[in-house]
Amino acid sequence: MIRLSVNGRRRAYAGPPFARLIDALREDWGLTGTKEGCGEGECGACTVLIDGEPANACLVPMGQLDGARVETVEALGTPERLNRLQRAFAEKGGAQCGICTPGMLMAAEAHRRAKGRKDREGICRALSGNLCRCTGYKHIIESVSAALKGKK
Amino acid sequence: MRGDAGSMTYLRPRDPEEALRLAGECPDALALAGGTDIMVAWNAGRLNGRSILDLSGLDDWRRVSTTRDGIDIGALVTHAQLIRHRELAAGWPLLAAACATVGGPQIQARGTLGGNIANASPAGDTFPALAVYEARVRVRSSRGGRELPFAEVFAGVKRTHLAPGELIVSVHLPRPPEPDRQLFRKVGTRAAQAISKAVAAGLLWTDSGGSVRELRFALGSMAPTVRRLRRAEEFLRGRRLDKGVVSEAARLLEEDVSPISDVRSTAAYRLRASQNILRGFLEGRLETP
Ligand SMILES: Cc1cc2nc3c(=O)[nH]c(=O)nc-3n(C[C@H](O)[C@H](O)[C@H](O)COP(=O)(O)OP(=O)(O)OC[C@H]3O[C@@H](n4cnc5c(N)ncnc54)[C@H](O)[C@@H]3O)c2cc1C
Ligand code: FES
Ligand code: FES
Repeated sequence: MIRLSVNGRRRAYAGPPFARLIDALREDWGLTGTKEGCGEGECGACTVLIDGEPANACLVPMGQLDGARVETVEALGTPERLNRLQRAFAEKGGAQCGICTPGMLMAAEAHRRAKGRKDREGICRALSGNLCRCTGYKHIIESVSAALKGKK
Repeated sequence: MRGDAGSMTYLRPRDPEEALRLAGECPDALALAGGTDIMVAWNAGRLNGRSILDLSGLDDWRRVSTTRDGIDIGALVTHAQLIRHRELAAGWPLLAAACATVGGPQIQARGTLGGNIANASPAGDTFPALAVYEARVRVRSSRGGRELPFAEVFAGVKRTHLAPGELIVSVHLPRPPEPDRQLFRKVGTRAAQAISKAVAAGLLWTDSGGSVRELRFALGSMAPTVRRLRRAEEFLRGRRLDKGVVSEAARLLEEDVSPISDVRSTAAYRLRASQNILRGFLEGRLETP
């Protein structure tokens, strides 16, 4: 039995240990905010935080998560109460089709918590593991920049 | 075909002794560290039915320790850990710079130095830095341990000289004298998340008159395995870096590599790009601060 915390809630996992985190999230626990784009670690759509660090949920087997703290986009905010990053994406056009958005948000959240650089280069680096086919990145970077610089 | 979780045999040892015993008993089991290479292959359905020896519970292999003589990096230390490590940045900045170019933050947070080495890709981005720092790779099996000079780790594309049942435990980098000039460069299609077309690391020591005391220069993606430029290094010893000498070194580079043309680049482009990097470094135009 693998015990972990997902978005602050304790979960026990009894399936095959080599199942991927993304499948447990989406299929076992109905947390479909985390998206699968490529299944190869390239696109970052599946980005979650594991013990506070960004990870591709398509590349992590459940067996590695005993005792881990997993956070998904569902932990950031709710439709009624968006967090600052989510609000900035909504206001600045950081999302178009939305497939990349949960991963972008989680990569940006990791960067925010790590107190990473707030300039364009720092943000680009933080999002370099995430692909977007729609926005051309400009609005995403502006969204993150606004959220990082915004006052509480 | 996709990965079939139910088809896998999954072993997760809790300490190194158990890991080495299991590795000896099941020499076919595939070691798993951060999974950033293995899970890609598994997702594509290429590893179904295999046994997996998951090393990620071995906390002893996740440490970095420095001594007066050098630094010991556990096999399970991640690229992200190395990027953040103060003493590594001070004493071995080319390795820290290399780790910062491996994939994006998600890959850096899980991918390990041991996994990068064991994977033995011709494009492994840490290899030129490990080659110029003359790393020693410590491996162990249930029968005992040994230490491989980095230059003797690779047998070819995706092949190492590790014996069945042998695991990488740690990597030792001796502390080099302060270089007068140093360089890490990765040439890719974009800055992050791209497999390199060519990757280079260099250390240069000169004497007070400006003559070369020692050059160490290594290239990745330019041959089946990482290459030190032995001919150019030998030629430059004791010489001043004037125009003709630099040109001759760039010409000699060719004799130590065998680039190929593939989906990422052509052999001619790779050769020219790496010659330009070597020239820029020797002429003092290209440097890593
Ligand atoms: C999107 C993406 C981008 C990438 N970009 C880069 C890049 O820019 N540069 C680069 O160099 N690499 C890159 N990689 C490859 C990979 O991330 C690195 O090679 C990483 O360091 C592998 O480490 P790991 O711990 O994840 O390895 P794993 O996948 O866990 O293992 C890799 C191999 O090493 C073996 N192994 C692992 N640990 C040990 C050990 N201690 N002893 C013996 N064998 C062991 C495994 O059996 C396996 O064969 C990328 C991968 C992806 C998916
Ligand atoms: S789905 Fe995981 S990185 Fe693309
Ligand atoms: S908004 Fe469509 S992929 Fe980014």
